[in-house]
Amino acid sequence: MIDKDSTNRANIKEAALAEALQRYAGARGALIPLLQEAQEIYGYLPQEVMQTIATALKIPFSKVYGVATFYTQFHLKPRGRNIIRVCQGTACHVRGGARLLEAISAALGVGKNETTPDGLFTLETVACLGSCGLAPVMMVNEETYGRLTPEKIPAILEMYRGEAVIAAG
Amino acid sequence: MRDLKEWRQTLQQQDRPADRPSLTVGMSTCGQAAGGARVMAALEAEVKRLGLQVDISQTSCIGMCYAEPIVEVALPGKPRVFYGDMTPERGGRLVASHVVQGVPVREWALIQLPGNASPYEGIPVMPASPYYGRQVRVVTSRLGLTDPESLAEYIATGGYAALEKCLRQMTPEQVVEEIKTSGLRGRGGAGFPTGLKWGFTRSAPGEKKYVVCNADEGDPGAFMDRSVLEGDPFAVIEGMTIAAYAIGADEGYIYCRAEYPLAIKRLKMAIAAAEAKGLLGSNILGSGFNFELHIKAGAGAFVCGEETALLASIEGRRGMPRVRPPFPAQQGLWGKPTNINNVETYANVPYIIQNGGRWFAAMGTEKSKGTKVFCLTGKVKKTGLIEVPMGITLREIIFDIAGGIQDDRRFKAVQIGGPSGGCLPADKLDLPVDYDSLTRAGAIMGSGGMVVMDENTCMVDVARFFLNFTQVESCGKCTPCREGTKRMLEILTRICAGEGRMEDLDTLEGLARVVKNTALCGLGQTCPNPILSTLQNFRHEYEAHIKDKRCPAHVCQALLVYTIDPEKCTGCGACTRACPAGAISGEKKQPHRIDPALCIKCGSCMEKCKFGAISRL
Repeated sequence: MIDKDSTNRANIKEAALAEALQRYAGARGALIPLLQEAQEIYGYLPQEVMQTIATALKIPFSKVYGVATFYTQFHLKPRGRNIIRVCQGTACHVRGGARLLEAISAALGVGKNETTPDGLFTLETVACLGSCGLAPVMMVNEETYGRLTPEKIPAILEMYRGEAVIAAG
Repeated sequence: MRDLKEWRQTLQQQDRPADRPSLTVGMSTCGQAAGGARVMAALEAEVKRLGLQVDISQTSCIGMCYAEPIVEVALPGKPRVFYGDMTPERGGRLVASHVVQGVPVREWALIQLPGNASPYEGIPVMPASPYYGRQVRVVTSRLGLTDPESLAEYIATGGYAALEKCLRQMTPEQVVEEIKTSGLRGRGGAGFPTGLKWGFTRSAPGEKKYVVCNADEGDPGAFMDRSVLEGDPFAVIEGMTIAAYAIGADEGYIYCRAEYPLAIKRLKMAIAAAEAKGLLGSNILGSGFNFELHIKAGAGAFVCGEETALLASIEGRRGMPRVRPPFPAQQGLWGKPTNINNVETYANVPYIIQNGGRWFAAMGTEKSKGTKVFCLTGKVKKTGLIEVPMGITLREIIFDIAGGIQDDRRFKAVQIGGPSGGCLPADKLDLPVDYDSLTRAGAIMGSGGMVVMDENTCMVDVARFFLNFTQVESCGKCTPCREGTKRMLEILTRICAGEGRMEDLDTLEGLARVVKNTALCGLGQTCPNPILSTLQNFRHEYEAHIKDKRCPAHVCQALLVYTIDPEKCTGCGACTRACPAGAISGEKKQPHRIDPALCIKCGSCMEKCKFGAISRL
């Protein structure tokens, strides 16, 4: 049963990638948007996927790899279900961004660019989220949280843990 | 396309007078981060519960980030009132008092808009309020006041009149001349005259040309472009369309940071809406002029804010800069002549065309015309997005508009221009804000980030912070930047750790000059500015770190010493339990002591002590 499910999921992903490749067929400057879509589908960029893209665009794999490793947005390893991005911008820095990162790191038990063993959270930093007026800030998935203090962190993390329980149950 | 003027008139007539109350919630990224969505849901629930006929909608950022979430209440025939620091809990009283009884809640009200109706008593009118009094809103004139997703509202408030004027009454050469007359200079940082750039691209040989909008706002501490894109996407699109007409391009790209999902979403909606009404695409307004606009989401590389790196990224390559010349005006995207401006530059264009270049040139200083949008952040009382005439002083911005320093602490420095800029001390507060004055003082105009620092900010740490940023973001193509940033960062890290030597300061300054003079692109050439400006203005702080092994602002962890005052210590043991390193010992009810060899200087003990017995030196 589980095997069947995972095969299904893999097929759906493959179909989505094939569809994206078709959409960009012949378009100029397609590599970065394609990598972005592939990462959207898979959550990261597995080597086989980058190879498929290289073949489809008729460019060397080395070029795809070069682009994927140049931009911070691309990830070559699987990431957690929820992505926490703590802002390390100037305004956040002068308003205690470093202490915030320490508090989140301590609460999750992982360091920067690491994923919790349960696969729920990946902790990352970002140069600036552009919400400097509310510094310090962080983003969990697409949601931005502002005016943070280390004390506010556990409650926010708990919300996402709760969602995971609902999803699993 | 029907007549735009007629459509605008119809829209304006439909628009007012509004016959029922409206509630508008600020839902830009800042508004959402402050909890705008929860406030909006609470208001909706309250209106439904009371069975009221009220329109609830959203708007963008009005610029008072310090007061988010912001809610506007408008009653038919009455001035629009803006409330700050709203919470879901406050929604009930707001609706009951202002919407139902027509009595504004004065203690929460920030400002009211001027209009035909007589103003409410006791609430500052926007142009007279301390925060807006010195501002001149051109590019930000719609922000927070209109629905950014509505093309109808854009047109009703004068939108697309400039494009129509260009297509019907002006030749492309006249458009270029008008921009030259305005004296507009690039708002992305370097300040190159926009009209001149347009002229170069127009006269470059070639059939196919492009216009590109640099929306890769990467400077930490800056969010002007995000606010404009989220708050008035149509103005940027109209400005680009006018530029395309002026230079003879039929295709354009907006390169926007992927970290700005809301800006990208609003741009996509705006492009689709403009296309549907014949304001973008083929045969625009029946003039025979075609312009196709695409969006490219960046992939997270600061260096892509450099124009040649940005073009490489649009082409799908690693975003690395190349040597100029040839400039993009000659050989840009896919080798074709390309005009690149940033978001704020394009957003100024419709206003210049509509009101004339002379109107624009009447604002500002001799060499810096018009207004500039700044993001005021850091340790000021009122953080936010402001637009001021060029030539205003730093003191007016920081003390009059932003209300001074948080908790009335002492002003130490203002950092202008992000990683490419510099830190200016108190004796530069009366400097006029224009391109040339800032450059002479060792900072740069940059894109508009302005981070204010107080006595609790360590300037060596700030220099290290920026170098850490540029070192990570250095693309690695040229040696001075790749190696230079690394070596400079090592020295700064050493000084912050208390292991600096006096000769480090000369080495640092020498390296900074070499990198500044020899790096390939703007990133490398300007990254030494934070070091050079702090060395010049705050050398004593560097010396305190090196000679006295002391961080005067108590920021650099390695240099802190925590001690317990035996007179004040009651021996309660709270610090012992809080210490993660087991560095505190002592008998019950007897003064405790900290072992400096074990102390990791985290400050947990100081936070836990109720008696103020622990101090940081």
